Amino acid sequence: MDEFAKKDLLHFYDVAVTSRLLVGTAQYPSPAILAEALRASHAEIVTVSLRREAGGGRAGESFWELIRSLGLRVLPNTAGCRTVKEAVATAQMARDLFGTPWIKLEVIGEEDLLAPDVFGLVEAARILCDDGFHVFPYTTEDLVVAEKLLDAGCKVLMPWGAPIGSGRGLNNLFGLRAMRAHFPDIPLVIDAGLGAPSQAAQAFELGYDAVLLNTAIARAGDPVAMARAFAAACDAGRTAFRALPMEPRDMAEPSTPVLGKAFT
Amino acid sequence: MKIVLNGEAFSAQSSDLDALLAELDYEPALVATAVNETFVRAKERSATPLREGDRVEILTPRQGG
Repeated sequence: MDEFAKKDLLHFYDVAVTSRLLVGTAQYPSPAILAEALRASHAEIVTVSLRREAGGGRAGESFWELIRSLGLRVLPNTAGCRTVKEAVATAQMARDLFGTPWIKLEVIGEEDLLAPDVFGLVEAARILCDDGFHVFPYTTEDLVVAEKLLDAGCKVLMPWGAPIGSGRGLNNLFGLRAMRAHFPDIPLVIDAGLGAPSQAAQAFELGYDAVLLNTAIARAGDPVAMARAFAAACDAGRTAFRALPMEPRDMAEPSTPVLGKAFT
Repeated sequence: MKIVLNGEAFSAQSSDLDALLAELDYEPALVATAVNETFVRAKERSATPLREGDRVEILTPRQGG
């Protein structure tokens, strides 16, 4: 890593990280490919969940052993929770098991788009923040909701790029741009909906601090190569943002000097 | 005693949550627990009696996005 990248730390609550790519651990073809893809992504933070064991199996233990062997920081989620009560109880169980105050808070409001129930989200965020959790809320680009989440105690916001698993990229560029402008000092993470590395680069070029994705890597034909591609795209987008891109303009302007041209 | 374990009927021999984990051969540090939709901390399991009809959740780490 060069000096330029080393100085570019991102703080989530009291934790500083250098990797701005957060990666989910679900849907990979095999545990071996998951491990190799996580290494290729250079992610420092991975999302995990809590589930029942099926049929008396012990899949959870071997999965947890794999994650711990990779030395990664975990961000447990409340995926699938549809009520405040479910989300709060799941967060409490996650803290007990994973030993971290971090929680990716999802309160899902409807099935078609897996859109956040922002009313339940704010309520659950307040309960959890008051209880000492460091909440990473999965939200929309709605500024009013965002203000209420910050008021509840959240110090990170994670607006969706597009619906979970859709791979549509950044659906609402105007809204995301407005969110960045409105909260210049809050860590903002695009969570969900990214399908291609170019979309991750675009998020960074908008000034977003990090991206969180799962399906785009896990369901790629070659997850390890795609993890590498996302890592490169995140680095390119972030570096470009820090390098201050030129302003677009409507008319052409010659890049080759006009002065000294022959036949004039 | 008949309880509901992870959504399915189960006939438990144990009288408290800690003993139930042992009965099921779970490693206590690798699970999270709830009874009747209320979270039960690891250190509170032995003091959490099971009663007929209780709904017990035992969750383990899993892949997530």
